[in-house]
Amino acid sequence: MFKLAKYVWYDILRSKVVIAYTAFLLTVSMSLFQLEADSGKALLSLLNIILLIVPLVSIIFATIHYYNSYEFIELMLSQPVSRTRILLSEYVGTAGSLTAAFLLGVGIPVLIYQPTATGMALLFTGSMLTIITCSLAFLVSVKAREKARGIGAALLCWFYFALLYDGLLLLLIFTFSDYPLEKVTLLLTSLNPIDLARIFLMLQLDISALMGYTGATYKVFFGSGWGLLYTAVILLAWAMIPLWMAIRRFRRKDL
Amino acid sequence: MKNWLLISTMLMCQAANAGTIVVGGEKGLPSIKQGLALTKPGDTLLIKKGSWYVNNAIVDKKIVVQGEGWPVLHGADKYVILTVTGKGAVIRGLHFTNSGYSSMEERPALRIIDASEVVVEGNRFTHTYFGIHAANSHHFTIRNNTFQGVTRTEQTTGNGIHLWKCSHALIDGNTAAGHRDGIYFEFVTQSIVQNNRSHHNIRYGLHFMFSDNDSYTANAFHDNGAGVAVMFSKKVIMERNRFNNNWGPAAYGLLLKEISDSRILHNAFEQNTVGIYMEGANRIEVGYTSFRANGWAARVQASCAGNNFHHNNFHTNTFDIATNGTLVLNTFNGNYWDKYEGYDLNRDGVGDVPFHPVSLYSMLVERDPNSLLLLRSFMVGLLDKAEKAIPSLTPENLVDTLPFMKPIAL
Repeated sequence: MFKLAKYVWYDILRSKVVIAYTAFLLTVSMSLFQLEADSGKALLSLLNIILLIVPLVSIIFATIHYYNSYEFIELMLSQPVSRTRILLSEYVGTAGSLTAAFLLGVGIPVLIYQPTATGMALLFTGSMLTIITCSLAFLVSVKAREKARGIGAALLCWFYFALLYDGLLLLLIFTFSDYPLEKVTLLLTSLNPIDLARIFLMLQLDISALMGYTGATYKVFFGSGWGLLYTAVILLAWAMIPLWMAIRRFRRKDL
Repeated sequence: MKNWLLISTMLMCQAANAGTIVVGGEKGLPSIKQGLALTKPGDTLLIKKGSWYVNNAIVDKKIVVQGEGWPVLHGADKYVILTVTGKGAVIRGLHFTNSGYSSMEERPALRIIDASEVVVEGNRFTHTYFGIHAANSHHFTIRNNTFQGVTRTEQTTGNGIHLWKCSHALIDGNTAAGHRDGIYFEFVTQSIVQNNRSHHNIRYGLHFMFSDNDSYTANAFHDNGAGVAVMFSKKVIMERNRFNNNWGPAAYGLLLKEISDSRILHNAFEQNTVGIYMEGANRIEVGYTSFRANGWAARVQASCAGNNFHHNNFHTNTFDIATNGTLVLNTFNGNYWDKYEGYDLNRDGVGDVPFHPVSLYSMLVERDPNSLLLLRSFMVGLLDKAEKAIPSLTPENLVDTLPFMKPIAL
């Protein structure tokens, strides 16, 4: 499996997109830390990049990569290798290279300028979001036969999780503001990995504001060891379940 | 103020010339009460190193009670240890511990009642219910004492320094921790609280009610349950104080309720849930103050009028200003806001575009705290940008027309 993943990895490196992505992340994070006198503010700007750009790039790149290596996958299928193994290698190659790009591009500046628990949390959530969006991309690409349709669906997926979901949540909060919503919203945030990652990071950054009012509920929950574990487990589930669904689909798919 | 300080110092010098009565040690008297009974005005009662159980010894003369080597006065978890009354007594160098607890009265380790020109300095108070309780006294000094209470519940823990119906008090250089309120004032006028440190108290670091014409300078209040609360007072001066790390759903750096004609200058608020919370506050000047990394730098409710915020620095606060209505009778001109995105064409250091410190999102949070969940999401950023372009929900009068481009040197 790792042999196959290695070839996927080489293929991705040759396309230079990932290298450009690394360079982009490195430039942006470096300049953010240099420009902002306050490293806390730089982290906030980085947070926006991690919540928007990283999922977008990951989901689009993984989708395009899948369609581009379709011929390679077909070739491999003619060999005595199981379908699960082929798709998993593709996934490991793609997600691995994107995570490596993220860790290099954002990790180095963070380690230089902000080697704190907050910085580590930032790297953790960024990597998790990369892995999660990659599995979503694989699910979408396995389901859609056409490339254009696949990319469209992937974009829609990103749009829903990164933008639309928050709007719906806001609408819900205001529509049902007469009811105790703490537990419900807690549950609802788990249904969106980007929201969950954001709240997890916010607890590190805006801790004083979150301590106020209902914020205390979230603080008590997410700030505790159990909350940390919960976040990690849910994020992991978000990575595993779409991937598992993609594999199941791929195994039965008439190629 | 200076005069009576001078007088009390002179009194102390005089006392040194007078007779000395020794308690404890090899040749001294066996009990403190016995020693007190023998003193005449002007004498010194010297208490040597040792430990005594004391049930309400009364100092009612102009004497100096001086401890040597931290003698321990033990209240057996039942009694008031010492009561000071009358004029001109000095209590110095004693260690008060384990005074009694009572749910019926405010039982302190050291009680000052109907007294004047009293000096209490350099004492230690540990495991006390109330540390010092002063009532109906004037012109007295509480200086350089340390208070360490027992942290229980709000009901079963007393205040470090508690003043009731006093005037012309000087509270200087004390440290109070582990009490209900570190320093508590009620009906106290013309008094000065300076250079104190009040931290890790269950409720407020400093709490005062109905106390006019007082000044609070160069104190540090940090890690208290609910910060500092000042209520129903006027002509209060708060300068060069630090308010740090007061976190919690009901915690404020500084809570102002029904305060008027006061000055809050040169203070620093750092990492509080709410820096300043104002309700029914009138004609208060807030200036030369740094607000850094607070949840809300200031929440100015619509019931406030005539307050003036100027020359303050707002750095990395989640929300700079929040309010609960559209009526704004306060001014916010001439501050530095790190969220300001305007330009300065004529290079006079003042931005050419006005700054609106209240964001749409902070209004939403005010209306429904649950929406705090969406903090820092792209959606909220979008809403704020749209609101900035065409203001509709945020109060348009809450504006800084002269925002500084660079932080103000404080």
